[in-house]
Amino acid sequence: MVIKYKYQLKTEATWSDANQKMLALDTGSWRTERPVLDKSLCNYCGLCALYCPPQCMKDKNDHYEVDLAFCKGCGICAHECPKKALSMKPEGDFTNEG
Amino acid sequence: MKAKKGKISVMMGNVVAANVAKLCRPEVVSLYPITPQSEVAETISGFVADGSLNAEIVEVEGENSAMNVVLAASMAGARTFTATSSYGLVYMYDAVLQASGYRAPIVMVNVNRETPGIHAVSSGQQDMISTRDAGWVQIIVENNQEIADQLIMCYKLAEDFDIQLPVMLNYDGYYLSYLNEEIEMPNQEDVDGFLAPLKNQPQRPRIIPGAATGCGSHGMEMGYIEARYKHVLALDRVKKKVDDIDKEFGEYFGRSYGGQIEEYQMKDAEIVILASGSAAGTAKTVIDTKRKEGIKVGLIKLRLFRPFPEEKLLAALKGKKAVGVIDRSLCFGWKYGPMAMELKALNGPLGNIPMLSYIDGLANLDITVPHVSRVVDEVNAAAQGKPYQEVTWIPLE
Repeated sequence: MVIKYKYQLKTEATWSDANQKMLALDTGSWRTERPVLDKSLCNYCGLCALYCPPQCMKDKNDHYEVDLAFCKGCGICAHECPKKALSMKPEGDFTNEG
Repeated sequence: MKAKKGKISVMMGNVVAANVAKLCRPEVVSLYPITPQSEVAETISGFVADGSLNAEIVEVEGENSAMNVVLAASMAGARTFTATSSYGLVYMYDAVLQASGYRAPIVMVNVNRETPGIHAVSSGQQDMISTRDAGWVQIIVENNQEIADQLIMCYKLAEDFDIQLPVMLNYDGYYLSYLNEEIEMPNQEDVDGFLAPLKNQPQRPRIIPGAATGCGSHGMEMGYIEARYKHVLALDRVKKKVDDIDKEFGEYFGRSYGGQIEEYQMKDAEIVILASGSAAGTAKTVIDTKRKEGIKVGLIKLRLFRPFPEEKLLAALKGKKAVGVIDRSLCFGWKYGPMAMELKALNGPLGNIPMLSYIDGLANLDITVPHVSRVVDEVNAAAQGKPYQEVTWIPLE
């Protein structure tokens, strides 16, 4: 048996340290829809980043950008956005983007 | 090196377990009394009360809490001890799984008794068998001296940095738990000396107050697979480690047990009996008698049940003509006993020799000399090509 997989944990059991890089799940693969930003409506208030459960909104100085590797597509950001700058689009629309 | 001598005394199996647990200096003890284990709880509690054991003892309302207490203590880096039996073992089952998943090196004595369903307050290995796939190391011993010696070895095994697994030491309830037998009790300084190398290992991960560390999370997807695979590899490493520790113990204390399996009169044996626990003692007597009658029979005493000593058994059984397996428990859903079923998985490389499964000794009914004698005769006949019955419930037939 040849193991091609590279171990993620340094320990035998599933230990993690919140002050260091924690073992991250591929939560992006859970998504069925994703938030899409209309920059013309965004006033950079930061509520989307504040409410995002996995904290995957990246600060881009004049707007926030979703990190699709972790975004589960829960839609809370779009729900909270007071300017309706974020809207949820089905993943199927992005099939060709991988 | 001259073997360390201990103090000879006569002790009940449960009292032996408590005394030796004390010698291993656990820092946290938590257990709940249950027949036939109660004297372990009673005696070790006494040691803490009279100050002869400097340990934190947590008195709990049941076994589920007992296992959770020793698990938490073990995760904080403490050496722990607990003991249970039957209903107690199944009552802590979720925590038993948690302990092995967390790779906590807990040492637990399990005094074998029948399990719930039929309220049998009596001996049998069904409790141990019911936790077979819990990821623990499971070792079975034959007599009170072996309880003492193996318990010390269990700490050396569980806490080995390459292992980090909980270990369950099993001995027959009633037959050993209440048996007063002469034993040599090792001295404190010798047990300290034997276990001392554990302190020179790398520090295993542990919960530290104030540190933002945790265990058991991040087990989804590939994290789960990785942790389970490492667990399986660790169990595989246990096999050689059990042999090594047994050899080391032999050099240190002058007593050894063969490691994964004990082979008795196996060298020129043509047929083999496989048994475990106190029944192995009876089987040895029968084998001596049968050899005088000219039957070349040997005994394999299964000491390590999980992980299953595949390689050792294949080597020991190579070229043998037939095997009879005596099980003191049932494998619901298979007609064979659990140990017979496991052994059958190895029958391919052995050339599909007759393997006869015997169910005996349930509910405290003795595995007697005539019973084992009958097993030898039937296995001998099967070895000579005579037709045989695959499974026999000895008390019923």
